[in-house]
Amino acid sequence: MTSMGNIFEFDTLSLHAGQSPDSENGSRAVPIYQTTSYVFKGVDHAASMFNLERPGHIYSRISNPTTAVLEERISALEGGVGAVATASGHAALVLGILTIMGQGGHIVASSALYGGTHNLFSHTLPRFGITTTKVDPRDVDGFRSAIKPETRLVFGETIGNPGLEVLNIPAIATVAHEAGLPLMLDSTFATPHLCKPFDHGADLIVHSATKWLGGHGVAIGGLLVDGGKFDWENSGLFPTLTEPYDGYHGLDFVEEFGPQAFIMRARAEGLRDFGACMSPTTAFHILQGIETLPLRMEKHVRNAREIAEFLGGSDAVEWVVYPELDDHPDKALASELLPKGAGSMIAFGIKGGREAGKTFIERLQVWSHLANVGDAKSLVIHPASTTHQQMDADTMKKAGLSEDLVRLSVGLENIDDLKADLKQALRAATIRKVV
Amino acid sequence: METQVHGKSVFFSTGGAKFNNAERTIIFIHGAGMDRTVWSMQARFFAHHGFTVVNLDLPGHGKSEGPACATIEEYSDWLCELIDCLDLHRVSIVGHSMGSLVALCSGAKLEKKIQKIALLGTLPKIQVHPDLLTSAMNNKHGAFETIVGWGVGRKAQIGGHKAPGSWIAGASMRLLETSKPGVLGNDLNACNVWEGGLESAGQIKCPVLLLLGEDDRMTPPKGTKELTKALHNSETIILHGAGHMMMTEQPDQTIETLSDFFE
Ligand SMILES: Cc1ncc(COP(=O)(O)O)c(C=O)c1O
Repeated sequence: MTSMGNIFEFDTLSLHAGQSPDSENGSRAVPIYQTTSYVFKGVDHAASMFNLERPGHIYSRISNPTTAVLEERISALEGGVGAVATASGHAALVLGILTIMGQGGHIVASSALYGGTHNLFSHTLPRFGITTTKVDPRDVDGFRSAIKPETRLVFGETIGNPGLEVLNIPAIATVAHEAGLPLMLDSTFATPHLCKPFDHGADLIVHSATKWLGGHGVAIGGLLVDGGKFDWENSGLFPTLTEPYDGYHGLDFVEEFGPQAFIMRARAEGLRDFGACMSPTTAFHILQGIETLPLRMEKHVRNAREIAEFLGGSDAVEWVVYPELDDHPDKALASELLPKGAGSMIAFGIKGGREAGKTFIERLQVWSHLANVGDAKSLVIHPASTTHQQMDADTMKKAGLSEDLVRLSVGLENIDDLKADLKQALRAATIRKVV
Repeated sequence: METQVHGKSVFFSTGGAKFNNAERTIIFIHGAGMDRTVWSMQARFFAHHGFTVVNLDLPGHGKSEGPACATIEEYSDWLCELIDCLDLHRVSIVGHSMGSLVALCSGAKLEKKIQKIALLGTLPKIQVHPDLLTSAMNNKHGAFETIVGWGVGRKAQIGGHKAPGSWIAGASMRLLETSKPGVLGNDLNACNVWEGGLESAGQIKCPVLLLLGEDDRMTPPKGTKELTKALHNSETIILHGAGHMMMTEQPDQTIETLSDFFE
């Protein structure tokens, strides 16, 4: 039995959670309900569903049977109370934020963020009156002192992007909770196989399911998971959850739904009105990925460890960042929070800087140069010229980046092939430089 | 809504509709260590289908002031007092697990005021395993794990819930975790020592529904034979594939069965 009282373990839940084989045909695979809408059983039944008196599906912007399986499955794997699937990881993040704050709200966030999240926080949300203070992810006191009366959320990434800082989840959760605030984590890089943030004090989790959860690189999707632990009422800062909502006949979400208040509001308001829902076919693809998540993550980690070691021994490499390496500042934290492995992202500095980096990437054969991470295939990117190109040098430095930085997302290919490819490209990059 | 019983504040939700004590009223009573939110769908449904709903937090649970009552009789006396305070005259009670014992005990006392009683996940005597009792008395997380592991049916442990994206095992765990220290142990003990089930059943004159989960491993349906014998006017319905938490595992079927019964 798990600490959540579930009689089934993680790998079993990865394959089964959320699905009972359909009673009509017995389909073992999750069927794709490619439909926009659902025939009501009658007028009263319809009215009851609209009024949240009876469960069921009305319209696929708000819920869909295939998508619901995915939502339940990620809730089971994270140990939450419920989830909402969204059109992308970003949509999940925006939905989570807008469910608990509006104009005048403030976020305290780790500065080690995915470039897209940085843009959202620094440039886009301010247009809607929501501002963010960024804090060094390792500066726990910095989080405390950045909290203001109008702060409504503390945010970070379980494993920072792209600096691979491991967030001290228990310490930062304590800081957030002392101020009556929830801690939301982007746990994309860890997946629930490597870390279950709710067990360490996080309250809300977002995933870009586009990445390791799917694993195949065929579908963009996001997940917003509610841990159900945060006491919205006691905090007193969250009227969207604790006061009657005119947009739903005066519904008070905490009063009616207790631990599921947040996720009910996220669906009833956020999916209904902002509309960034996941398509059923996407949900099917992501479910296919999650079925093998434990197996894939084990090999991702195994390959990543070998690549980190290989790079550490290469003359063409200036430095290597992987949270399990001895010189990584978060090594101890990683072994505590990520005991099964610190993910499959590695950053390294190539000798010869920007020019050598370019040659290296162009010479690679097995590793794909593209703007994604968490594919079954090994990926490589040079952030300075892609994901973080909108940042000036100073901001890049603050986000833990440098121009020689190459970021790897280690995939599932044969480890010798991966090493050989890196070796030949590193050699080519280094020789060029010498000539 | 808030009111007072014996100078202590009591909270109940009304299922999103206005409280009107002139209407037929359904009182929902949750089980050990839980609160009103286990009935969220049923409360909302009946509040919009001809009833006034009093979806209670028992003393010391949810948003009602403590302490919790130590015995089923005390819970029942408190409930009768609340019914007086709210000036309710046409009352039906829906109780789950410990709440079903409170309903049984109160049904015997309320006489003319009581119209119908529905007992969910019930037994005339709910015996609690001594290890679980000790663990709950000592506020061990393991007690919550045992309750969720045994209470949530095997089907719901896999999921496929009708309410989109809702993970029932997780929600049940979080609800137990929000209970005040000692409350689960107190409640389980109250169940364990109550011997009045069959006697109360014999005194109840109104119709009684037993709504049981086929896969209920905490209060297995086969244990209700004596109870149905003692009751004068009862019917039993067994929900296929449901565990002990039938109202959260199968909210729709629970609503339909209760709706037929209250019609
Ligand atoms: C850590 C992290 N969070 C969020 C996102 C955004 O996810 P999506 O592209 O699915 O919107 C990404 C995408 O790269 C990411 O790496």
